[in-house]
Amino acid sequence: MSNHETPAPVRAKFLSPGTKVLLGLMAAGLAAYAYRLIAGLGAATNLDDQYPWGIWIAIDVASGVALAAGGFTTAALADIFHKEKYHVLVRPALLTAMLGYTFVVIGLLADLGRYYNVWHPMLPSMWQGNSVLFEVGMCVMIYLTVLYIEFLPIAVERFRGRVRLPRPLSVLNGVVESWLTVCERYLGRFISLFIIAGVVLSCLHQSSLGTLMLIAPSKMHPLWYTPISPLLFLMSAIAVGFPMVIFESILSARSFRLKPELGVLSSVARYTPVLLGAYLAVKIGDLTLRNAWSYVFEGSVASVMFAVELLVGVALPVFLLARRRVRHSVTGLFVSASLVIFGVALNRINVFLVAYHPLYPGKVYFPSWIEILVTTGLISALVLIYRLIVLNFPVISVSRSDNTDATVPVATGQATLDKVG
Amino acid sequence: MDPWFDLGLPLRKDNMSIPRRDFFKLTALGSATLLAGAAEADDDPEPLDFDKAYGVLVDTVACIGCRKCEWACNDFNALPTQELAAFEDKAVFRTHRRPTSAAYTVVNEFAGDAATGKKYTLKVQCMHCNEPACASSCLVGALQKHKEGPVVYDAWKCIGCRYCMVACPFQIPAYEYHNALDPQVRKCTFCASRVIDEGRKPACVEICPCEALVFGTRSELLDLADSRIKTSPGRYVDHVYGETEVGGTSWMYLAGVDFAATELPRLSEVPPSHQTEPIQHGIFKSFVPPLALYGLLGLVMHSLRERESDRDGADHE
Repeated sequence: MSNHETPAPVRAKFLSPGTKVLLGLMAAGLAAYAYRLIAGLGAATNLDDQYPWGIWIAIDVASGVALAAGGFTTAALADIFHKEKYHVLVRPALLTAMLGYTFVVIGLLADLGRYYNVWHPMLPSMWQGNSVLFEVGMCVMIYLTVLYIEFLPIAVERFRGRVRLPRPLSVLNGVVESWLTVCERYLGRFISLFIIAGVVLSCLHQSSLGTLMLIAPSKMHPLWYTPISPLLFLMSAIAVGFPMVIFESILSARSFRLKPELGVLSSVARYTPVLLGAYLAVKIGDLTLRNAWSYVFEGSVASVMFAVELLVGVALPVFLLARRRVRHSVTGLFVSASLVIFGVALNRINVFLVAYHPLYPGKVYFPSWIEILVTTGLISALVLIYRLIVLNFPVISVSRSDNTDATVPVATGQATLDKVG
Repeated sequence: MDPWFDLGLPLRKDNMSIPRRDFFKLTALGSATLLAGAAEADDDPEPLDFDKAYGVLVDTVACIGCRKCEWACNDFNALPTQELAAFEDKAVFRTHRRPTSAAYTVVNEFAGDAATGKKYTLKVQCMHCNEPACASSCLVGALQKHKEGPVVYDAWKCIGCRYCMVACPFQIPAYEYHNALDPQVRKCTFCASRVIDEGRKPACVEICPCEALVFGTRSELLDLADSRIKTSPGRYVDHVYGETEVGGTSWMYLAGVDFAATELPRLSEVPPSHQTEPIQHGIFKSFVPPLALYGLLGLVMHSLRERESDRDGADHE
């Protein structure tokens, strides 16, 4: 980080018209979540014996995990392959992953009938190594821990030498301070071990999410039922990582009235046509090898969803991002990145919901209001907590060259120092 | 048929042995022996002999649709029920029913032959697969295949993820969605406590008045099915449903018409777990692939950092 950028808490107000909307959605989601806990899954959801999984699994868990992939792809690029100029992206991506996985778990808890038993996979006496879900569960649990450890240096940087707990706890100031000192001294030495572990764990469970539905060959639509599903899941997760980082950077720059780091974003966007193009090629090759093209044109809901996923969510952004002009425009980057995110999220929804045909369906599953409110509430809460953290922790880097830029005085001029911490 | 099989991908291999339980445990032994000790001893290392396991042969031709089995099931499993006489009501046949969390077995009527208009009745319940997808999918081992035949659920372990319901090729496990605090997966238990502990027939078989349900070891039942088909070839189609479907099931069916006319799904002979377990075990073979990836990334990180620091060093000088 010797160049020009230093992460610092963003100077802006927490409240804005947008955050007020999000606060409302979060409150509604909280109420819906409480209703699910009190009244049970039957009252809160449209799930039944034919459709045991709904949007809480397809969106909150499966899409959530995929869209949090920016954390490990950015870490791999900047920390393992030492592409130093992308270091500015590491902390925002890490924060997204940390919060993303946290909310994956919160979403999962809503869906688990016996959520109080969620820790059971940790007991060796209950380990069931044949289960794909066991591996996913273990990896997510360990990776979430790794993410919090990776975030620790940011917390240390923020609080070291500045620990001032409120009155009753102030006796602990010295203890916390010395603990932070220990962290600072040893974390740097071992953090690489955790960064690599994070990448390995991600590869494992991102792919295994794609293995999950392979256990139901007779219920899955052939467009998505392929033995290379785990590979497709891994490739799409890797491909969506940088677009997710781009999407967030542009959004938060707009929200905080900072100048987007266009140079870095355009540069990292170069990887996307390659990664996403490879995914597209494998997907097309898979369809061809399995003789499954006829299903694309069968005219069913599933075939339309597949076509949208492949054309709008994969082929179009590959085409767009392959162009220099698109990569060097904020709008072009934002639109293309949004398309990639849309495509990957739609793929997860397709695999877990659209492709799943139960044997004796009464009515086709469509999420209830409670399910939708919980999902939108969780996403809103994630965005709000993200905002709260970047306002108080050194996550986002504002390049020094921006100090001379006209936009920055505007931003700082309007900002009031946030005192939440 | 499946090009991926030709490419040597580890799918659709029909010669898989019994699910290996050791793959995570191998490496975990060192660190987890203390915790696991007692539980490890429970694991049965010997492969199950499916032919010796108990099963039931359901003869849909002999079945008279009296629904006494439904009553006996409800009665034995303490499910909500009515007087035995109430089950003589044939009006329920007008709608197609499925087992629910409050009824582990139901009898449905189906039209066998359009020409003769002959109707048959078919009892539906858990098939107790030889290699159950539900047990393979369950991440905490709450569903287990017993060597005596029954696939049994342990609510105490269950976390309520409902992956077993996704996995079941017969769409059998039902969920207590209405229960907010203690919901369970419910399905036919094969009266495991009677069958395993007391060596008695399941409640439904005991009450059946017409040999439509026969209890025995799987090999005995297959012999019986064969002899019924051979002695009255006009009465039965030459197909014992469950003999080979999804690798074989403990409960099997005889029918007078092609099984396509019944609600039993057409299924491949490959157990569903053979689609996922080879991938899982391939990825985790003694933890070699993950550790290799870790090592490789570590190497990349280290070697590229060396170059980086060389350059930094040069810059400073």
